[in-house]
Amino acid sequence: MSTSLILLVILIVGLAAYFAGRARAMASSNGKLSALHSLPGYHGVYVAIWSVLPAAVILALWLIASPFFVENATRNSLPEDVRNQGGATTELMLGQVMQVANGLRLLNADEMAAVTGDPAVLRDTLAAKGVPMANAGEAYMVTSAKTYNSMKDTSRWAMSAVVLLIAIAGAVFAIRGITAPFRARNRVERVMLGALLLASSIAILTTVGIVGSMLSEAIRFFQSVSPSAFFFGTVWDPRFSAAGSGGTEGQFGLLPLLAGTLYIAFVAMLFAVPVGLFAAIYMAEYAKPAVRGIAKPLLEILAGIPTIVYGFFALITVGPFLRDMSAQLNGLVTGNYVNFIQAQSVLTAGLVMGIMLIPFVSSLSDDIITQVPRSLRDGSLGLGATRSETIKRVILPAALPGIVGALLLTASRAVGETMIVVLAAGVAARMQLNPFEAMTTVTVKIVNQLTGDLEFNSPQTLVAFALGITLFAITLCLNIYALYIVRKYREQYE
Amino acid sequence: MNMMSEAAVEKALDQKMNTVPLKMIGKDVSVYYGEKRALYDVNLDVRENTVTALIGPSGCGKSTFLRTLNRMNDTIDSCRVTGKITLDGGDIYDPNIDVVELRARVGMVFQKPNPFPKSIYENVTYGPKIHGLARTKADLDQIVEQSLQKAGLWNEVKDRLHESGTGLSGGQQQRLCIARAVAVSPEVILMDEPCSALDPIATAKVEELIHELRTNFTIVIVTHSMQQAARVSQRTAMFHLGNLVEENDTDKMFTNPDDQRTQDYIMGRFG
Repeated sequence: MSTSLILLVILIVGLAAYFAGRARAMASSNGKLSALHSLPGYHGVYVAIWSVLPAAVILALWLIASPFFVENATRNSLPEDVRNQGGATTELMLGQVMQVANGLRLLNADEMAAVTGDPAVLRDTLAAKGVPMANAGEAYMVTSAKTYNSMKDTSRWAMSAVVLLIAIAGAVFAIRGITAPFRARNRVERVMLGALLLASSIAILTTVGIVGSMLSEAIRFFQSVSPSAFFFGTVWDPRFSAAGSGGTEGQFGLLPLLAGTLYIAFVAMLFAVPVGLFAAIYMAEYAKPAVRGIAKPLLEILAGIPTIVYGFFALITVGPFLRDMSAQLNGLVTGNYVNFIQAQSVLTAGLVMGIMLIPFVSSLSDDIITQVPRSLRDGSLGLGATRSETIKRVILPAALPGIVGALLLTASRAVGETMIVVLAAGVAARMQLNPFEAMTTVTVKIVNQLTGDLEFNSPQTLVAFALGITLFAITLCLNIYALYIVRKYREQYE
Repeated sequence: MNMMSEAAVEKALDQKMNTVPLKMIGKDVSVYYGEKRALYDVNLDVRENTVTALIGPSGCGKSTFLRTLNRMNDTIDSCRVTGKITLDGGDIYDPNIDVVELRARVGMVFQKPNPFPKSIYENVTYGPKIHGLARTKADLDQIVEQSLQKAGLWNEVKDRLHESGTGLSGGQQQRLCIARAVAVSPEVILMDEPCSALDPIATAKVEELIHELRTNFTIVIVTHSMQQAARVSQRTAMFHLGNLVEENDTDKMFTNPDDQRTQDYIMGRFG
């Protein structure tokens, strides 16, 4: 039976178990539902869980474990001389045998007999069936392949039988346990808890796994490039990892990228924070409900635009506009129509990223400002303060921890933003302070280093992991600092 | 109901309160929330240096009337006020009047203590700073001390003026809010159920304070507690379903009210 068929059968058994459990519970209630501790449905679910869950777990374990055993046995069935040729060759031959084993399944009885009798025709016969072979056929291949196939079949049959048996046994065991006072509801609750726990631990473990794999790759990178050269290097020149260019070591200085990242994020925040904050204050304090009902969703649409769209907005519209405008300005002032703003520049990227961040700032701040209790507003207005005095002196200070948290979250988005800077910031890794010139960011360089055909063994590609982990560390620090500030202010204000 | 002694009744009559000048005059005041009418042509005067208590069952319009006196109803979008209210003869709903200045003259203390999330000192200096009442730090210090003295809080907090006002107990917070209102030197202080969130001891302190504040300020207080109205006020106004039922000297109100509804409410027959 195929795996999906087994699954289907288990589910059918589970469904049957559900109804059986229900019926059993109904029967044991003697017609009085109130005699049952749990509703019949819970008894049904309880029985179904007992029949499906253990069977599914065994199925999964078997599917994971059986290939190891089968391959190991097949490896041992290979002739001595093949096994003595070393690990790589053995694995190659094992692959060959498995290929043959798959091919053998396509042959009919006559062809099978021919192949068994004369291994020399194996290659051609299989090729005719669409199964290519690297080496010429040999006698041991056919025997090993047959062992492999028979073991796989046995395993599959055994698995089907065992899983089915467990499903039925589980159902029977659970049904026998059903009595009127049985607390099926609480048992089901516990299984639900387990499922929820599993889901959340998957999310956490994934994060841990990602960090772990990034770390291990980054460590591989640091084996060929020293950490001090990476973290304190001022030149970014990774070179290309051409085949056989073993001697050409690039320079992997992080600082120009980090400077660009922080500079562009800074320009973006410079633009997004006042606009976003003022928009939030207007929305929360001044806007009439009707205006707010329209303007707030409109503003939040900005947050839904994919960043790549902002990217080409920057590339096609904002960049050239700034370039031409600077040329005109320069012409008006000095008579020399040469642009002083590059089309791809810190300013372009920062400006467009700032637009992208406005809804984040305004939406988060708006939520926080509206959470400030109305009594504080009344208190201030009742003392004869104007609205803007109330906002400046009472509402913003009270909302400050939340707003700082929102801003730091926004900043960590700005640092990690990729598509806008790829298109608008340029790729020149330079350290300079002129916002009208191009700079580049960590994310842009990660994209650059990982574009094209790659093998993950040269520092040129592995550096992406080191950059990634650096970026991760920065955003992590920002978030931790945000939490710290929020907690500190909360203590002060509560 | 005979909760006042004969002597107290006589004393009240002797005071001849009718001669006290009027601080605020409300004439045909009606309030609408959208389509809903909350107050019906209320005519109610507030006497100078007197505590006026507004009583009545929930939703009778007493808080609404209180909030018309310093135009706090303006902060509610759908709210509309008709009629005329004067403060020392000046119409406070005149389009030319400065609402901010009005609220500096008619301060307010709210139901729930609402100190700002700032230090005790900053809470008290908030109003004076906005209105420019103090030029120097010394002036501010003096205002803080005087206001807290008047609010009966000075001795409890003088050593921790720069700690957060939200760290005080409920009763202390409410007295801080009173000190905050007093610091602006208003002429009238409106109190909207100032003791409803306080325990009996804190309530007693606030009531005592109201009694003392009367010498310097005109006070209008909304309360749910009949006993409180009897204890702290000289005049009482009874509201019911948006109408002013009766306005009278407190002593008379609680011994021999003119209106049957007042009698019923005071006796606890509804409310």
